[in-house]
Amino acid sequence: MNRDPRDLQRYTAPERANHWLVGICFILLALSGLALFHPAFYPLAQLFGGGTWARILHPYIGVVLAICFAALFVRFRALNVMAPTDWEWLRRMREMAAGDDHTMPAQGKYNGGQKLLFWIMAACVALLALSGVIMWRAWLNLPVDLVRVAAVVHAAAAAVMIGFIIVHIYAAIWTKGTIRAMWYGTVTRAWAKQHHRAWYRQITGDQR
Amino acid sequence: MASLAPTFGRGAMTNHWVDIKNADVVLIMGGNAAEAHPCGFKWVVEAKKHNRAKLVVVDPRFTRSAAVADLYAPIRTGTDIAFLGGVINYLLTKDAIQHDYVKAYTDFTFLVNDGYAFDNGLFSGYNADQRSYDKSSWGYQLGSDGYVKTDPTLQDPRCVFQLMKKHYSRYTPEMVEKICGTPRDQFLKVCETLASTATPERTTTVMYALGWTQHSVGSQMIRTAAMVQLLLGNIGIAGGGMNALRGHSNIQGLTDLGLLSNLLPGYLTLPGEKETDYRAYIDKRAAKPLRPNQLSYWQNYEKFHVSLMKAWFGDAATKDNHWAFDWLPKLDKVHDVLQVFDDMYQGKVNGYFCQGFNPLAAFPNKAKLGAALARLKYLVVIDPLATETSEFWKNFGEHNDVDPAKIQTTVFRLPSGCFAEENGSLVNSGRWLQWHWKGAEPPGEGKADIEIMAGLFTRLRDMYQAEGGAFPDPILNLAWPYRIAAAPAAEELAQEYSGKALTDLADPKDATKVFKKKGEQLDGFAQLRDDGSTSCGCWLFSGAWTPAGNLMARRDNADPYGDGQTLNWAWSWPANRRIMYNRASCDASGKPWNAKRKQVWWNGSAWVGSDVPDFKLDSNPADGMGPFIMNPEGVARFFALDKMVEGPFPEHYEPFETPIETNPLNSNPQAVSNPAARVFKGDMEVFGKAKDFPYAATSYRLTEHFHYWTKHCRINAVLQPEQFVEIGEDLAAEKGISAGDKIKVRSNRGQIIAVAVVTKRLRPLTVNGKKVHHVGIPIHWGFKGMTKPGYIANTLTPFVGDANAQTPEFKSFLVNIEKV
Amino acid sequence: MALQSLDIASRSATTTPSPSMRETAEVAKLIDVSTCIGCKACQAACMEWNDLRDEVGRNSGVLDNPRDLSAASWTVMRYAEVEEGGKLEWLIRKDGCMHCADPGCLKACPAPGAIVKYANGIVDFQEENCIGCGYCITGCPFNIPRISQKDGKAYKCTLCSDRVAVGMEPACIKACPTGALQFGSKEQMKDYAAERIADLQQRGFQNAGLYDPPGVGGTHVMYVLHHADRPQLYRELPANPTISPLVALWKGVAKPVAAAALGLVALGSLFHYVVKGPNEVSKEMEKEVEE
Repeated sequence: MNRDPRDLQRYTAPERANHWLVGICFILLALSGLALFHPAFYPLAQLFGGGTWARILHPYIGVVLAICFAALFVRFRALNVMAPTDWEWLRRMREMAAGDDHTMPAQGKYNGGQKLLFWIMAACVALLALSGVIMWRAWLNLPVDLVRVAAVVHAAAAAVMIGFIIVHIYAAIWTKGTIRAMWYGTVTRAWAKQHHRAWYRQITGDQR
Repeated sequence: MASLAPTFGRGAMTNHWVDIKNADVVLIMGGNAAEAHPCGFKWVVEAKKHNRAKLVVVDPRFTRSAAVADLYAPIRTGTDIAFLGGVINYLLTKDAIQHDYVKAYTDFTFLVNDGYAFDNGLFSGYNADQRSYDKSSWGYQLGSDGYVKTDPTLQDPRCVFQLMKKHYSRYTPEMVEKICGTPRDQFLKVCETLASTATPERTTTVMYALGWTQHSVGSQMIRTAAMVQLLLGNIGIAGGGMNALRGHSNIQGLTDLGLLSNLLPGYLTLPGEKETDYRAYIDKRAAKPLRPNQLSYWQNYEKFHVSLMKAWFGDAATKDNHWAFDWLPKLDKVHDVLQVFDDMYQGKVNGYFCQGFNPLAAFPNKAKLGAALARLKYLVVIDPLATETSEFWKNFGEHNDVDPAKIQTTVFRLPSGCFAEENGSLVNSGRWLQWHWKGAEPPGEGKADIEIMAGLFTRLRDMYQAEGGAFPDPILNLAWPYRIAAAPAAEELAQEYSGKALTDLADPKDATKVFKKKGEQLDGFAQLRDDGSTSCGCWLFSGAWTPAGNLMARRDNADPYGDGQTLNWAWSWPANRRIMYNRASCDASGKPWNAKRKQVWWNGSAWVGSDVPDFKLDSNPADGMGPFIMNPEGVARFFALDKMVEGPFPEHYEPFETPIETNPLNSNPQAVSNPAARVFKGDMEVFGKAKDFPYAATSYRLTEHFHYWTKHCRINAVLQPEQFVEIGEDLAAEKGISAGDKIKVRSNRGQIIAVAVVTKRLRPLTVNGKKVHHVGIPIHWGFKGMTKPGYIANTLTPFVGDANAQTPEFKSFLVNIEKV
Repeated sequence: MALQSLDIASRSATTTPSPSMRETAEVAKLIDVSTCIGCKACQAACMEWNDLRDEVGRNSGVLDNPRDLSAASWTVMRYAEVEEGGKLEWLIRKDGCMHCADPGCLKACPAPGAIVKYANGIVDFQEENCIGCGYCITGCPFNIPRISQKDGKAYKCTLCSDRVAVGMEPACIKACPTGALQFGSKEQMKDYAAERIADLQQRGFQNAGLYDPPGVGGTHVMYVLHHADRPQLYRELPANPTISPLVALWKGVAKPVAAAALGLVALGSLFHYVVKGPNEVSKEMEKEVEE
C-alpha cells in the first residue's frame, strides 16, 4: 500500500494508540474470560501461564481496559451521537450487507452501524466493569446474591461484546481500505467518499 | 468422698460410666456432664437412645447438658440442699419410696440417741466460739447387746424415718421456690420424674461433679442426693447410683492413694496427734458390727495397715516396732491446701513443692495466694507446662501486676512429662484402673514425675546418710527395692500397690498347703494378713496385678449379659466389682428386684452374676447380712451419726456470700451460712455483702478447655481464645451491656475484665421476694499460654471451703459488674 | 487430592465422563442435632487430621469460635438460643459442607478437575487445580467454600475423603463423644435417622425430621432436626436450598448458547465474505477522486 499525500487523516496517533490499547486489552480479556466461561475454551488459559494467572490477570486487564475505554469514549462520544440519517442507514442495513453501499444515505465520520456499536460497547464495558468489580474476590467479598447477579451480567455483557467485536473486526476486514485507518491514521479519498460521503465533503470541501 | 462414705461406706462413684446407659431417669445436678465430661456423657445419650431415658438437668444456667435434656429447672447457686430436701419431703409426703428396700437396707428403723436435736438452724452441741459441734449426741440408742435398737414399725418418734420426716417437712415446694428461685411447677415436675423410679422396675442415676463439691456445704449437698437415691431404692442397682464425676483423669486415683493430708492409701487414715498408741489407733478404725451378722469389713483394717507399712518400710517394719507406727506423722489438724496457703500467708512455710498443680490459678483469692507464695523462701514447680504459679513473681501487666523486685522467693522449675509420656494406670470416675502406655518421650529436659521424685528422694536419703539430721528414720528406712533406684518403673510400683506374699503363705483352710509362695503376687485384699507376711501399697487396689499379670491392661469389652459390666476390661476397685453395693439389687431373699435388670443373685449356695458380687460370696440371705458391708450397721445411713461436721441430716445453709443475706429456713444469725465451716482469720472480713455485690456468681469450666492446661495448646486456644463472662439478657439490659462489650467483674477480693457473652440461658430468679441475677464466670484463662492473656478467675472467689472436704466455694459468691 | 480408590462421578469444567465403571455405595454423615452438645471435638479433630491451624481469634460475645468458616476452619459449631412456646432451646448445629448430590460449587467451577464429586457422593476440592476465582462460593447454596488469604485457593470440608477412601470414618465422626455424628452408607444413615426421629417424636417433637434437601438432589451430610419444619431456627439453615437460578443460567444454558452464538457470528462473517466478497472502493470512485 502506498502512501499518498492526498490521503485523508482519519485518526491521530493518540487516537490510534488509545484504540489499540483497548483492542489489546479486549483480546486478552476475551481469551482469558472465555477460558473461565466454558471448558472448551479453558486451554486458552495457557496463554496467560495457566488458569490461576488467567484469573489473577483478567480483572487487572479489565481495569486497564475500562480506563482506556473511558478515554476513547470521551474522544469519540460527540461524533457518535445518533442522527436521523443513522437510523435510516440502520434500516437499510440489508442493502449494505449485500455489498452495495453506493446508494446508502451519505454518512459522516461514522455510519449508523458504527455508532450503534459504539454505544453498545460503552454499555457493555460499563456493565462488565461494574459486575467485574463485584466479582473480584481477591479484593472484595460482597453478598453472594449480588455476586450471582454480577456473574450473569458479566457473562451476558461479555458475550454481547465479543459478538459485536467480531462484527466490528469483520466489517473492517470486509471493507477494504479500512484497517489502514487504524494503522497509519489515513484513508484514501475514494474510500472516504464511498463510505463516508458526508465526512469526505466536510473535510475536503469537495461538494460533489 | 466426704459424703458418700458416711452414707454408703465408700467414697466413690457407686456405679460407672458405661452403666449410665441402663438408667431410666438421669439427673444431672451439681455438674454439667456434657460440658465437663463430654466423653462420659455418651452414656447419657445411650440411655436416651436405647432406654428411652429422661434427662433432667437442674442448674443455675441452661447448660450444654440442658441443651439435650428433656426437663430443665433453674436453681439459685448454692441452694441444692433446699431443692433436694424438698424432693425428700415430696417423696415422703407422697409415699413415693421403695419401702422394702428402705426398710431392709437403710437405717430407717434405727433409734437415735435422745440427746440429738435440731432447732432453728442448729443441731445439738453447737459451740459458737469454736464454730464447731460437740457431736456426742449424734448417735444411736444401743441395746445391752451392743447393737443398735430398732423399731420395725417405724412408729417410734426417735427412729431415723420419723426424725428425717420431721426435719424435711419444712422443705415444702413453697420453701424451695423461696430459697432456690425454682418455679414451683418446674420443681414438682422434677419431683414427679424422680418419683417415677421409686418402683423396683425403674432407676434414676444421679450425675454430679464440682457443682456440688465446691460449696461450703458441698458434702451435704451430695449427701442429700444420696438420701433421695436411697429412698428411691436406687443404690446398688444398674442404672442407678450416686455418680461422682471426677474432673482430672486421675483425681479418683489421687484420693484412692491417699494424696490428701489426712489420708493413707486406700482410705486408711493418719493418726491424730493424740493417737500415739498403735493398738488404740487400730481398734478405733476396725469397727465392730452394730447389728447382728454384719460383715463390717473395716474389721480388717489392721491387715491393710500392716501390709501398707510392710510395703513402705519392708524389713524395718516389725511387730516389735508396731510396724513402724511411730514413723507416721500424727496430725494436729487437717493440712489441706487452704490451710497450707493460710500458713504460708502467715509466713509459717519456708518451701513448697508444687507437683502437677497450679494453685495460683486453681485456688481461690488469687491476691492472697500470690502474697503467700511471695513469703516462701523457695518454690519447686514440677509441671509439663510453664504455669502461672511458676511465674507468680513476674509482672504480666494488668493480669499479674506484681513487682518482682519485692519478691525474694527462689523458684525451681522441674519440667515433667505428661500422662502420655509415661506408662502407668489412671483411675477413672468409675473406679477403673486402666493401664496406659507411653506414647512419646517428654520433650527437652522433661522427665517422668516418678523419676523426678525418685531423684529427689535418693538425694535426700544420701544427704541424711552423710549428714544425719532430725528424725532420719522414716527416710533412711523407706524400702526402695526398685531395679533402677533413680527411676522406678510404673510396673514395679503397680505390683507393689497390688501386693505380694513376703513369706510362703499357708492356706487358711488347710495349713499343710502353701497357697502363695514367697514373692508371689496376691490375688486380692482378702489374702492380706496382719502378721507382716504380706505387703500391699494400697489394699483397695489389691488384685490389680495378680499372678495372671497386669489386669489393668485388659482390653476385652465382651459384655455377655448385655448390661455393660465388661468384667474383663481393665480392672475396677474393689476386687473388680463394677457396681458397688450390688447385693442391694436383690431383695432380702437374694432375688433380683427386677428380673430384667439382674446383676447378682443368690443361686442357693453362692452369690453369682454378671458383676462381681460386692458381698460375702457364701453369705446365705437368710442370715440377714446387709449390702453395705463397709458400714458396721450393714445398711446405708440417712442419719450420718458423727461423720459429718455440720450435722447428721443435711440442712440448707446459704453460701458465705449470699445475695439474700438471710436463711429463710431459720431466724438464727449463726445459721445463715454453714455454722461449722472453717473460716480463717481475716477471710470472714473479705466476704462481700449483697448491697455492694448484688449478683450471684458461679465459676465453671468449658468443654473447649481443660482446666488451665489446654490454653497452652493452639487448637484449644482457637476454639475458645479469649476470656469471657456470661450474663443474662435482663441484666445486660439493666446495665446497658451488649454482647461483645468488655465488662469489669468485681468481688470483694479483686476484679477481672472480660468480654460479655449475653445470653438467654441465664435468667433472673425470684428468691425470697427479691430478683437475683447470676453471673457466669468460666475459669480457663491466665497470663500464660496460647490464648489471649486473661485474668485469673479465682481473683474473685472466696477463701473458704466445704466444712468436711475443704473444697473451696468456687461455685457461689457475689460480684458486681459494670461496662468498661 | 486424586484418590485411586474412589471413582469420580463428575468433575468441574469437564464435559466428558470420568472413569466410572465401579459401583460404589453412597456414603453420608448424619448430624443428630438432638444429641449434639456443641463440644467442638469435631472442630478439633478436623484441625488435627487436616493439619489446619486457624488464627487464635477473639471472643465476640458468643460461644462460637472460630466465628465463621474459613480456609483453615472447615467446620464450626453454630449456637442458636431459641424460645419455643415459652421454653428455651439451645440449638447447636455443626456447619460445614453438605456434599450435595447436585453440587453448586462444582457446577460453577471453571477450572477442570478443581472440584470433583466421587461416586460415593463426596464433593472434594482439588486445590492443585483450583485457580482461586471463587465461583464455587457463588455456586454454593449453603455458603461454605472459603478462599485462603495465604494461597488464594478455595477450601472446605473434604468429608475426609482420604480417610473414607481407605475405609475409615471422617475424623469428626471419630472424635464425636456422644455419637451425635454418625457415618455410613446413605441408606444406613437414613434408617438410623428414622429411629432418632421416632424417639424425638415420642419426646414431644412432633416435627422432628431428616434434613436431606431435594433441591440439591439430597446431601451426603444430613441433619436430624427437632424442628425439621423450620430449619431456619438452626442459625439460618436454608429451608429449601437449590442452586441459585442465576447460577444455573450462568453455568447452565448460557454456556452452550453463548458459545454457539459467538461461533455463528464468526462463521456468518466468514461466509458473508465468501458469498458476497469484499466491500471495495469502486473504480469509478477512485477515478472521481483522482480528478
